[in-house]
Amino acid sequence: MTRLVLSGNYAQSYAARLARVQVISAYPITPQTTIVEQLAKFVSSGELPAQFIKVESEHSALQVCVSAAALGARTYTATSSQGLLLMHELLHWASGMRTPIVMGVVSRSVGPPWSLDADHTDTMSQRDTGWVQIYPESNQEVLDSVLESFRLAEDLAIRLPVMVAEDAFYLSHTVEPVEVPSQAQVDAFLPPRVPKGTLVPGKATRLGSYVGPADYVRFRREQARAMERVPETLAAIEEDYGRRMGRTYGGLLQEYRTEGADAVLLTMGTASTTARAVVDELRAEGKRVGLARIRVFRPFPAKEVRALASRVDRLGVMDRSWTFGQMGSAATEVAAAIQSSPRQPRLSSFLAGVGGRDVGTALLREMFRDLLSKEPSGLRWMDMEPLKEAPLHG
Amino acid sequence: MAKLTLPPVELVRSGHSACPGCGPALAMRYLLKGTGERTVVSVPASCWTIIATGYPTTALRIPMIDTPIEATGASISGLRAALDALHMSDVQVVGFAGDGGTVDIGLQSLSGMLERRTDALYVMYDNEAYMNTGIQRSGSTPLGAWTTTTPVEGMARGKGEPKKDIMGIVLAHHPVYAATLNVAYPEDFLRKAQKAASLKGPRFFHVLAPCPPGWKFASDQTVQIGRLATDTGIFPLYEVENGKLRVTRKLGQLKPVRDYIKVQGRFGHLTDAEIDTVEHEVQASWAALLQREAHP
Repeated sequence: MTRLVLSGNYAQSYAARLARVQVISAYPITPQTTIVEQLAKFVSSGELPAQFIKVESEHSALQVCVSAAALGARTYTATSSQGLLLMHELLHWASGMRTPIVMGVVSRSVGPPWSLDADHTDTMSQRDTGWVQIYPESNQEVLDSVLESFRLAEDLAIRLPVMVAEDAFYLSHTVEPVEVPSQAQVDAFLPPRVPKGTLVPGKATRLGSYVGPADYVRFRREQARAMERVPETLAAIEEDYGRRMGRTYGGLLQEYRTEGADAVLLTMGTASTTARAVVDELRAEGKRVGLARIRVFRPFPAKEVRALASRVDRLGVMDRSWTFGQMGSAATEVAAAIQSSPRQPRLSSFLAGVGGRDVGTALLREMFRDLLSKEPSGLRWMDMEPLKEAPLHG
Repeated sequence: MAKLTLPPVELVRSGHSACPGCGPALAMRYLLKGTGERTVVSVPASCWTIIATGYPTTALRIPMIDTPIEATGASISGLRAALDALHMSDVQVVGFAGDGGTVDIGLQSLSGMLERRTDALYVMYDNEAYMNTGIQRSGSTPLGAWTTTTPVEGMARGKGEPKKDIMGIVLAHHPVYAATLNVAYPEDFLRKAQKAASLKGPRFFHVLAPCPPGWKFASDQTVQIGRLATDTGIFPLYEVENGKLRVTRKLGQLKPVRDYIKVQGRFGHLTDAEIDTVEHEVQASWAALLQREAHP
């Protein structure tokens, strides 16, 4: 174990190296680039004896990984925003073919208009592609999550691809101290991939062929079952990781000071760190508030959210993306999760941090104030408020 | 030169689901006789998705991966990377894509694979339209051909544009080996397949693969029509190794293109004047090819 000062992007690169990935394929896009630049250095210097296939598009990057994984190789790629959208078709192929690819995503807004900043529109647009989605909060958690992701993806009961999505710039380009485990520690935690259901040279093997309706639904059900096994499998992996490395992140939904809370805010990614500080302030002021961070968005922690709903009267969800005609993306999922809950908390959806708008303590305090007020707003575009009267187009 | 005998090994099973007289079925059969049992094939959405049969069967005795239509170049780069990483570098990697999946939607991926010097053989089996979806024009459909999206109705005379020059595009990437092949000439086909298998680096085959339902001819005419394509000069057989072009089926006098055109329903509407235009263009391009061979 050594302590290095790393950006979230370098944390991705170091984790991929420690995982001894065998095939990397990527296409550059801001703000993902430094992940693959660092990996290119590791490969060129011989520190990482991997094949690095530099492709002409993100679509091809993911196809390279799918085909390489189909032969049994451990594969990694990384992208962001438009690149993730271009991969959309292959995201389905990767999960449908049950290839255990791990991908770093730097969550960035989607054009037009052009913007390079943090947002969850890119990854939320991919929530139904059959990938596990993890949203770390710190650079340390990025590194740990990537290592856990390889174990999870390659678990023979799972065999699903995993994306580890970090907020653009807040994590990707901000440095912090990161405990980097030794190669021996990682090797003990993450043994080489055991291929199953792969192509075997010399044998009549086939992946991806067409099927009739009965087999189609059977394959889809198998994929859904694998996703249903993720919470339990990931919990076991996290426990093992914690035992070896001394860090865990509380499963799919990480709660903070939710005991006896009148209102709980649900967040994802980096906003959670600020929100935790705000919870401490408000608790000190005597307000009974808490935080729940959605660490894993796919599979959605519906069970955990229902358990929270059974204890809390008011839930708010902060989203960096939305579903048109509805509310924030995660808020729609929370609404779906709690509709079968015996108790129905009042649900509010806060749109904030969209297109890189900063989510500071004042904004988060306002969300809690709204939640605790007599008549909560329900749906609120927080980012619009300071701009209310400003003309957007000439 | 002693005539080659086709190796008895059959890596395409008899239970495949190709149409009677299918050119692409012959293409895969001959190709695998050349590349052998240690071959992995990547097939995008195309006729061969269906020919290879559906789950849980497969028509090949070797591994095959299915991919989206535009992804063959990337797929074979991925297969090669994995084989190298897993110390199985002896395995041949073949991409086996249709004409639409190559010259249209798959062109970027093909270009990428050639540019990054992937050690693999990309085979384009050319039946000159999107046949699996029901005969829609592709960039590889020849001028004047009827397809369902280039109808012969009113003033419309079939496809209004000439066939895309895929060999020109590929050769601009300087592959180690590129060749045109015709399922109607299996000895030439096999020799090129064996040669390609002996080389390292990016390799490309443009295979003419006649399609009875798409070209509108009887299913027992595939080989005859395929031969006419070459012998009229419409689809000359040649190879380019390290930039050096060699015509592999020499022709003295070209047969009239009329012999090729008149036996296919897709060209049934062409007038004598239109056929004469094709004849002149074919003769000019044949002469140009011989020039390129003689004066590289």
